[in-house]
Amino acid sequence: MSRKTHVTTTVNGDAAEFLTDPHATLLDALRDDLRLTGAKEGCGSGDCGACSVMVDGRLVCACLMLAVEAEGKRIETIEGMAQEGELHPLQTQFLRHAALQCGFCTPGILVAAKALLEANPNPTEVEARFWLAGNLCRCTGYDKIIRAVMDAAADMRQERRAS
Amino acid sequence: MSDLPEKSLFRVVGTRPIRPDGVDKVTGKAAFGADIHLPGMVIGKILRSPHPHARIVSIDTRKARALPGVKALVTADDFPDLPDVDFEAGEGAATLRDIAHNVMARGKVLYDGHAVAAVAAISPWICDEALALIEVKYEVLPHVIEVEAAMAADAPILNENQVTQGLGAKPDTPSNIAKRTVLNRGDLEAGFAEADMIVEGRYRTQPVHQGYIEPHACAASMSADGQGEVWSSSQGQFVIRALCAKLMGAEMADIKVTPAEIGGGFGGKTTVYLEPVALALSKQCGAPVKMTMTRDEVFRATGPTSGGVIEVKLGAKKDGTLVAAQVELKYQAGAFPGSPVGAACMTALACYDIPNFLITGWDVITNTPKVAAYRAPGAPAAAFGVESAMDELAERLGIDPIVLREKNGVRDGVKASYGPTFKDIGFQETLAAAKAHPHYSAPLAPGVGRGVAAGFWFNIGGESTAAVHITEDGSAVVVSGNPDIGGSRASMAMMAAEVLGLAVEKVRPIVGDTASIGYSMLTGGSRTTFATGMAVTQAAEKVVAELKVRAARTWDVAEDNVAWRDGEAICLDPAKDNKPLSLAALAGHTGKTGGPISAEVSLNAQGAGPGFGVHICDVEVDGETGNVTVLRYTAVQDVGRAIHPAYVEGQLQGGAVQGIGWALNEEYVFGDDGRMQNSGFLDYRMPVASDLPMIDTVLVEVPNPRHPFGAKGVGEVPIVPPLAAVANAVRAATGIRMMELPISPPKMRAALDAVAQAAE
Repeated sequence: MSRKTHVTTTVNGDAAEFLTDPHATLLDALRDDLRLTGAKEGCGSGDCGACSVMVDGRLVCACLMLAVEAEGKRIETIEGMAQEGELHPLQTQFLRHAALQCGFCTPGILVAAKALLEANPNPTEVEARFWLAGNLCRCTGYDKIIRAVMDAAADMRQERRAS
Repeated sequence: MSDLPEKSLFRVVGTRPIRPDGVDKVTGKAAFGADIHLPGMVIGKILRSPHPHARIVSIDTRKARALPGVKALVTADDFPDLPDVDFEAGEGAATLRDIAHNVMARGKVLYDGHAVAAVAAISPWICDEALALIEVKYEVLPHVIEVEAAMAADAPILNENQVTQGLGAKPDTPSNIAKRTVLNRGDLEAGFAEADMIVEGRYRTQPVHQGYIEPHACAASMSADGQGEVWSSSQGQFVIRALCAKLMGAEMADIKVTPAEIGGGFGGKTTVYLEPVALALSKQCGAPVKMTMTRDEVFRATGPTSGGVIEVKLGAKKDGTLVAAQVELKYQAGAFPGSPVGAACMTALACYDIPNFLITGWDVITNTPKVAAYRAPGAPAAAFGVESAMDELAERLGIDPIVLREKNGVRDGVKASYGPTFKDIGFQETLAAAKAHPHYSAPLAPGVGRGVAAGFWFNIGGESTAAVHITEDGSAVVVSGNPDIGGSRASMAMMAAEVLGLAVEKVRPIVGDTASIGYSMLTGGSRTTFATGMAVTQAAEKVVAELKVRAARTWDVAEDNVAWRDGEAICLDPAKDNKPLSLAALAGHTGKTGGPISAEVSLNAQGAGPGFGVHICDVEVDGETGNVTVLRYTAVQDVGRAIHPAYVEGQLQGGAVQGIGWALNEEYVFGDDGRMQNSGFLDYRMPVASDLPMIDTVLVEVPNPRHPFGAKGVGEVPIVPPLAAVANAVRAATGIRMMELPISPPKMRAALDAVAQAAE
């Protein structure tokens, strides 16, 4: 049996450490070692986006990164999206628009949509659709998801203007 | 028409509150099947056949068992061999023996991906090592994938004991054809003789997968005394309980199943794959066992729905009146009988009133995964053929396609092609709404084509249990036995809130485990809002009746002198001057008025209203790549009454997009070796956000008087029309009638090239 590796990292702003098998992906470590099960495994091949997380500010599929590669990295997951109990505008708009049905793809889509709005606060519908093309949703047909993202973008622009 | 209350009188029904389980789902807290973690848990994995058809000569497990870290190992020998008796579950039927043999192969493997053994070990990596150490000797047999090849007299036979049912005399030779189904009416020959115009076509579809994003997952624990517990994501905790008990040879009361959140099902999570295996592994090693499938396993060993051949012949008078129809449906069942061809036969012509018809269906076993229910099982492929033929007929007769459907479309009082007489249906209203929609009359840009198609689904009722408990502070808890796939907890809470007169936020709905609530059929057949909604409503009404008794007791008045309005008891006795008593006030004193207030209702709901949809689709075809782009899409459907309109719209949008995927890209691709070649999301191409426009919806409301709020099932109808709506739009855009799905870029490009060549 292969020896485990000690990994030190930051998850949602807090120091985190775990012992990991060299085979394990970042997704395995998040879900099985840190018990952060918000990121989901839908395919294990980077095609569905259900495991989307941010690593050092970059949107990645956690199933495509080895857990040992997380050493010294800053990781953000869906569990860190609501701040101090207050939902992010994207989360609020997803609920308002009924932009989820089963909810399995939702964490990954929210993480990816947040990355979009950080990169482009005023996306067109087409830009939103292409940015989220790496996140499969089988329930909604994407209509309400796109509407929720566009409305959240507008809310966030409003907030920025107000502050 | 009915004594249903006017819609305007509802306070909650028809509004769009935030779903009660929503926050957990946007924050990552919701626990799905694979999110369950039990103390001392080990991991289980399955060894799958690499051959589409082979005899299992031997399985040597000694080396695998000896590997350090391996805790348990099972093969078919660890399960009882079950009798060949039918087991009915929701939308599919199979024999117990077939279900057991699909879960773990016995004697033969029948498809690439068929389970042959399973191990449990302390890590997934040790599981993989152990699986590699299991030595299975196969005697490879010739295989058959395509439906018509499997029907041929010289086809490799999957099951020597199977003879075709439904032929009249019992045949004496085995066949891959499990069953023939026939539906007919009138005089077919005389009907076609009367016709001024006859259109004929032969259509083909490939197997497609339900494509839920959550792979199958469960955890299970079985104690030495034979009592077991299962946590799994499924469409019905009770069907999981029943099948686990049967496959393990246990009593149902000894198995408790707790439903996890379910990450999509669409019919595909209505049976067992992993649960009995996890229980058997746990029984052997004493530790809880967790199992999750990879996406490759999901494609190779679960779902899909049938591919098939659909032959359609329609005869009509010059004015468009249909006089005769003949439909022949050949469906792949996969490794065991039970394709949805029966439902396909019943739905194929259900939209139309035709005096003479013959529908023949063939259920054929093939060396492919056993099909599972998929949203309106059987109907979409049948509708692809019939609605393409209707389009052809409209074109040749020079009649508007919606007008042709209005002329022949069923209405109240018409005897349905599948038997009963239609009542309170809304097909004509749906057609009228589609015709009146601005999309239908919008001008078309050059190169853009528009198609329309209709669709039908029965919707079902069935057995449900629900309970309403009033808490000490006057809020309420609703417990049902139906897993919530698409927001049903919201509609359950809304219906209870409407009856109780509470704000919907004061009603908390939960989905109970099999030990906490009475039996309910699974979430499927578009039955939950109708049937379980009826149970919730009746339980809430019982609670209200009891609240009135308590108010009467408090006021010392006769019970019929108490009314319930807006969440308060009102005293109607003119001799008394009592202020209304709120639910909270009554709930706070139950100890003095007769004890806790709760009610549970178990019923068998009858009278689900059938559903009809009409879809309008605009497409553009790229002449260079053959890529078809959907530019605009509108789904119109009779929904009875929408309890939560946003989630009803969501059903229409999601169903339409699954249908668009089926029409344009999705298919199982098998190699000559009989193995699936595209068992991942990269190569099995489901629609992504950038493929699609917004999906416009129109909710037509022709209420169902047999539901307390007029609801009809809505989830399945919307996947029925899109296949033909897209193909008809492609015809309009290119002049080419695509008769084989998917209309993928290579196929479209080849068709365009053929036309160009013919023109030269």
